[in-house]
Amino acid sequence: MGLEPRVLAFTCTYCAYAAAEAAGVSKLQYPPHIYVIRLPCSGMFKSYYVFKALREGFDSILWSGCHPPYDCHFINGNYKARVKAELLKAYLKQLGFEDQRFRLEWISAGEPDKFARIAKEIVEEAIKTPKIIFLEHHEAVNK
Amino acid sequence: MNILDSSTKTAVFICHCGTNIGGVIDISKIIENIKNIPSIAVAQDHRFLCSTDGIETMINSIKTSNADRVVVAACSFRTHEPLFQEALHRAGLNPYLLELVNIRELCSWVHENERDRATEKALKMIRAAIMKIQDNQPLKRIRLPVTPAALVIGGGIAGIRAALDIAEAGFTVYLVEKEPSIGGNMAKLDKTFPTLDCSICILGPLMNIVAHHPNIKLYTYSEVISINGRVGDFSVKILKKPRYVREDLCRGCLICIAKCPSKTVDEFNMGLSHRKAIYVPFPQAVPRIPVIDTASCLYFQKGICRACEKLCPANAIDFNQKEEVVEIKVGAIVVATGFEEYNISQVYEYSYGRYPNIVTGLQLERLASSYGPTEGRLIAPGLNREPRRIAIINCVGSRDERHLPYCCRVGCMASLKHSWYIKHLMPEAEVFIFADEVRASGKGFEEFYRRVRLIPGVYIVKSKASEVRGNPDGTLTIKAFDPAISSEIAITVDLVVLEAGIVASRGTESIKNLLKLGALNSGGFLIELHPKLNPVETAVDGVYICGAVSGPKDIPDTVAQASAAASKVISLLSRGYIETQPYSAIVDESRCSGCGVCSSVCEYSAIKIVKKKERSVAVVDEALCKGCGACVGSCPSRAIEIANLKLNQIDAMVAEILR
Repeated sequence: MGLEPRVLAFTCTYCAYAAAEAAGVSKLQYPPHIYVIRLPCSGMFKSYYVFKALREGFDSILWSGCHPPYDCHFINGNYKARVKAELLKAYLKQLGFEDQRFRLEWISAGEPDKFARIAKEIVEEAIKTPKIIFLEHHEAVNK
Repeated sequence: MNILDSSTKTAVFICHCGTNIGGVIDISKIIENIKNIPSIAVAQDHRFLCSTDGIETMINSIKTSNADRVVVAACSFRTHEPLFQEALHRAGLNPYLLELVNIRELCSWVHENERDRATEKALKMIRAAIMKIQDNQPLKRIRLPVTPAALVIGGGIAGIRAALDIAEAGFTVYLVEKEPSIGGNMAKLDKTFPTLDCSICILGPLMNIVAHHPNIKLYTYSEVISINGRVGDFSVKILKKPRYVREDLCRGCLICIAKCPSKTVDEFNMGLSHRKAIYVPFPQAVPRIPVIDTASCLYFQKGICRACEKLCPANAIDFNQKEEVVEIKVGAIVVATGFEEYNISQVYEYSYGRYPNIVTGLQLERLASSYGPTEGRLIAPGLNREPRRIAIINCVGSRDERHLPYCCRVGCMASLKHSWYIKHLMPEAEVFIFADEVRASGKGFEEFYRRVRLIPGVYIVKSKASEVRGNPDGTLTIKAFDPAISSEIAITVDLVVLEAGIVASRGTESIKNLLKLGALNSGGFLIELHPKLNPVETAVDGVYICGAVSGPKDIPDTVAQASAAASKVISLLSRGYIETQPYSAIVDESRCSGCGVCSSVCEYSAIKIVKKKERSVAVVDEALCKGCGACVGSCPSRAIEIANLKLNQIDAMVAEILR
């Protein structure tokens, strides 16, 4: 039925996930290609999750949490996420991933429209971006 | 995880939620698909899983199939997770062997027009949850005691009502108000719609009960500066600003005020008059203890005067008073910081701030009030005479995409009440209300609308005014398009009243930040846990909101919410204990190298590095851990994980969605 491309959204429970649910309550429509995983806090950020999801076949990843400076329910998890996400962005670029493969966004519980808009944007960009092709080790060496 | 040879047995229940889910997603197709997964013990659908019948069916199916874990595909964890967890408990399973998949808010409601793709997405979501739950562990909640006291922030009618209700139930209440007196906006009103009750006459008695209630500790002229802890055990710091008047000595004779030579703008009268540098905001103020405003006091500014000190018969003036920080412990918090008028000088077409005889609704309340700047005589500021023609403009800043998109909910009725004030004080006056519609939906509101409409000399123009301009003689001209005669009209008046939009009070943001509450972008109102079902609870356990801080409200709605918030607090405090969330961090000691990164990122000091058998490992204190996962993100060895949200569980979900 074609749910290509595929986008994975990591959301924190208190802001971004609440916004995603509120988008549902308000029936804000966005493309179904985006899957949401609920984490307690965006500060659980680990580059591993992003790499793993891209490697397994997701086209784009959204990491989302509460607005700095004060919204984070766990004091400063959003800052912890931001530091690591910025490093990851630079690293992904060096590896040849397009910028739009990974996006970090702050979405408060009061911004369901922002969640819907970003979901739409990220899917639309993923449609425009060619699929990632991972070379096997020997292919990469011979290239 | 290879579930083909899994020894677990999973029960899957899918809810139609009437047509909310079933109307979009083809549930029978999903059931057919997941029945083929070997570990599935039972896969069932139900029209309303949350109904008694749904729950009983669930329990029976779990028991008869001997399932040892359960996936429910339905709605938000915020609505029904406790209900389904209870069902697992009744079926003899640990409640944390439940995985709730939200195929409603995250799927059927947001992909209403794409049935096939929504079905495919829901199937993938459910399959991912089935994979994830294979690794769920039974978890236990810990019981912790609750401090039998509450903090109420904000001393308006909402805070007063909530504090009284909690205190009446026998618990200690700390009521904190940033102004020198409690009373809030209601104390500024002359009368209340639609009954035309005298506002201070019904509020004043409550203020006095608060002042003398044995269970209420009142902190006026004070602010909450820090809040730490959790539901049942909050530590709160209150900053008491110096009044420079000793509360224990002052007898409220107010001689100091009479003798003070220095004057400044009176905030309580909305800038329409002057008050002394030492003052009580209004005659009925509680407590009746003056405050010295250092910005206008001659002693603080120039080192002279000290008239109040010399003349005080109680020797209560103390220029050396310092601010004081009080630390208290409470089990629950009520936020009732209320509203203020939107800054309508930004609505430039109505010229507010450019002419003295353009006032806001609250300013008119002060002009009409018997303890206001004119002692109840309606005088147009700037003209210094009674106005003969008055215009009232509704929806100033409200329902306006350039300013506040929402309705202020009180402006329409306030404009009718204000017309009544004017006609009551000056029967010969003419009043023009500019309102493109009059919303009168509350109890007795329509009747009041009719009553005012029938007063001779009150004209309601069903249109938005387009501009207000000043004339050389001090009068004002309002232009509007009158749809009744399909023509532009211009009306010249002596006084313009702008019914301003409502936003959350200025102090709300700092409280929001201290408590990590959610707030709306427009208006800054705090967000309730659920707009229909949990209107006074917030996403933070033990923190409740009531009154206009959660959105524009009239007095009856505010009072009802305040009592609701109080009853939530009372039930928490009288139960006496809370159960913690059990999703704490767990350490895999075989992987842990004892590097201590997790301990350094933990904001709750929940992780210690401990020597065990010749090597160091991280140890988590479950009572302190909040389960935020910062340690998981920091661990280079994949040695620390959150219970029931382990890395391999996330991997399993990722792999299953992509399958």
